Amino acid sequence: MSASTTDLGALVERCHVLVCCGTGGVGKTTTAAALALEGARRGRRVAVITIDPARRLADTLGLAGTHDAEVDRALWDPEASAPDTGRLTALMLDTSETFDGLVDRYAENEEQRDRILENRFYRNLASALSGTQEYMAMERLHELHETGDYDLIVVDTPPSRHALDFLDAPQRLIRLLDNRVFRVMMAPARGALRIASAALHAFVRQVGRVVGTGVIDDIISFFRAFEGMEEGFRARADAVRTLLAEDSTAFVLVTSPRRDSIDEAVYFADQIALHGLAIDGLVANRVHPAFAAPTDVARLRPRAAALREAPTGDEGSGPDAEAARRRLADRYDTLADLAALADRERVLLAGVATHMGTTAVYVPFLDHDVHDIAALHTVGRYLVG
Amino acid sequence: MELAQFCASSRIVIVAGKGGVGKTTVVATLATMAARSGLSVLVVEVEGKSGLSAALGLPPLAYEEVEATPGLRVRALSADDALLEYLDQRGLHRISGRLVRSGTLDVVSTAVPGMRDILLLGKVKQLEQSASAPDLIVLDAPAAGHAITFLTSARGLQDAVRVGPVRTQADEVVAMLADPARCQVLLVTLPEETPVNEVAETAFALEDRAGIALGPVVVNQCLPSRWNGSPHAVADATLARVDLPADEAVALDAATAFVGARRAIQQEQIARLAKRLPLPQIQLPFLDEEIGPDAIGLLADVFAAQVSAMKAPT
Repeated sequence: MSASTTDLGALVERCHVLVCCGTGGVGKTTTAAALALEGARRGRRVAVITIDPARRLADTLGLAGTHDAEVDRALWDPEASAPDTGRLTALMLDTSETFDGLVDRYAENEEQRDRILENRFYRNLASALSGTQEYMAMERLHELHETGDYDLIVVDTPPSRHALDFLDAPQRLIRLLDNRVFRVMMAPARGALRIASAALHAFVRQVGRVVGTGVIDDIISFFRAFEGMEEGFRARADAVRTLLAEDSTAFVLVTSPRRDSIDEAVYFADQIALHGLAIDGLVANRVHPAFAAPTDVARLRPRAAALREAPTGDEGSGPDAEAARRRLADRYDTLADLAALADRERVLLAGVATHMGTTAVYVPFLDHDVHDIAALHTVGRYLVG
Repeated sequence: MELAQFCASSRIVIVAGKGGVGKTTVVATLATMAARSGLSVLVVEVEGKSGLSAALGLPPLAYEEVEATPGLRVRALSADDALLEYLDQRGLHRISGRLVRSGTLDVVSTAVPGMRDILLLGKVKQLEQSASAPDLIVLDAPAAGHAITFLTSARGLQDAVRVGPVRTQADEVVAMLADPARCQVLLVTLPEETPVNEVAETAFALEDRAGIALGPVVVNQCLPSRWNGSPHAVADATLARVDLPADEAVALDAATAFVGARRAIQQEQIARLAKRLPLPQIQLPFLDEEIGPDAIGLLADVFAAQVSAMKAPT
């Protein structure tokens, strides 16, 4: 990775795909929505795919359903200052629905499609196979890309137990579909394969005794129904990967200034690098604002201590003056605490930014929660500078 | 309420909350407090994350138990390990290796939604019932929206699988979760609007769908009360007849205004939480320091003081 500066304004203007990644609870969805809003305000046709947005944010964006619904222009551009070309579309990811769409696309006929959609094992896939939500987020991204309707697609990624599920999930599903055991189980026993097949049947019967035979029957009928569709899925997964590797695709890593999420961010960035991709931007949300320089702390603390001591000569005395002194001392301590905290957070963040060969963009801990377009725009201005 | 009585009110406490609320900090705090009250405590971590070992000042956790402090032991648990152990105990050692190697385990656990969760909880149940069981097991539940899935999957599996050892395991897990003397859930949230909404939804879902008893809700990262003051530094300086440089007055006012605004949000959300969720609250302070054994010790003191102030259940 070459050293570069995080310039989200440039990414929002130049990129076709922006992937916001990071662990849970660091403000990924808000960041994705704010970047999308900034894109639209710069005259681009933007879509944002959100995962499980907080209800008020969803209401704000008019996210009633999972279909791409354009956000009312009066809402995202109340001053009518954005170029006419700008458009903002927002949608929520529906994992099952997206998966059904994939099956529909690659099934050879309606009968095959229905057999799969009705299979119990298939119905579990969307909820139970780890990484499926991530996979479908990427699939939805590709669908929007194919429509050609959008200059920029911003995608939020699910809060993942495994940092890179959204890159690995398509492969995981394909591996699952390639499972040799069940492929042999469904093939008619013939010639040299017969002995292997007999051994496998014994193995699967034993597994069936542990988990119940009905489960095994479901699996086998799923594999039967799915036959012939692997190629389509494989080709599709390759296409998604290609899109993610394009120069016009950028990864924005979102973190908070807390130690645990920073550790996760470092791990995440390293894993992304192992995949031959790079983080193009680092965003730190909820960073405490600095109201005093870190060098001031050494001066502020003694000031608080002195105010708590008895007044000297010409300073005020009496209960009112004493109470005022105590309140002033508390304020000095608060200011010093906040300055020290803000400094510690910036040192931590600068460390991870250097490790990643970039700089961090700070979004301060705002004195209000982010639920409406105005607040999103405030966040957006911090993001794009 | 007596601290020892509180800590021993169930044999397993499952700590759950969305990502970023400081769930792991609360796990370490609760475990430390319980160990200090004289109980033997085992902390079980299921996600392979590093936060817990750092909070307790330990190297990364493994499947084997390690002692953090006297009376406080910690271990990690994974569903794959739990399954292999489960199969071994039933004389199915031969198929376990093949299950993993051939990828069949992935297929099967996809076919049986929640199987991994049930195996994990089954292992916790086994720990609880073993002869050498600790007085208290604190389980760091999976983060994000997984907590509800994690704790309701055993009921779901009862519908999907009619017979077999996995079904038996699910039945036993359901019984464990529904018994308040054996198991309760401690929910963690932040004093902010979205986390408050989410914790209330999670609480109702757990009660309705898994029949799990809920302990107090922990409101984490409350601004410390020493951060107070109104943005009128100049007025106070005049009253006290103290010199206050103009730039310093601006900085003091900006800092107190910021803290005041955040605190107002907090108080509003804490009140809203109390209204939506009729559970006792434990409020833990935001610490402007790294979360390590010292910070955890401090939080354990705060937690214990609030438990003492709580009314004992009648």
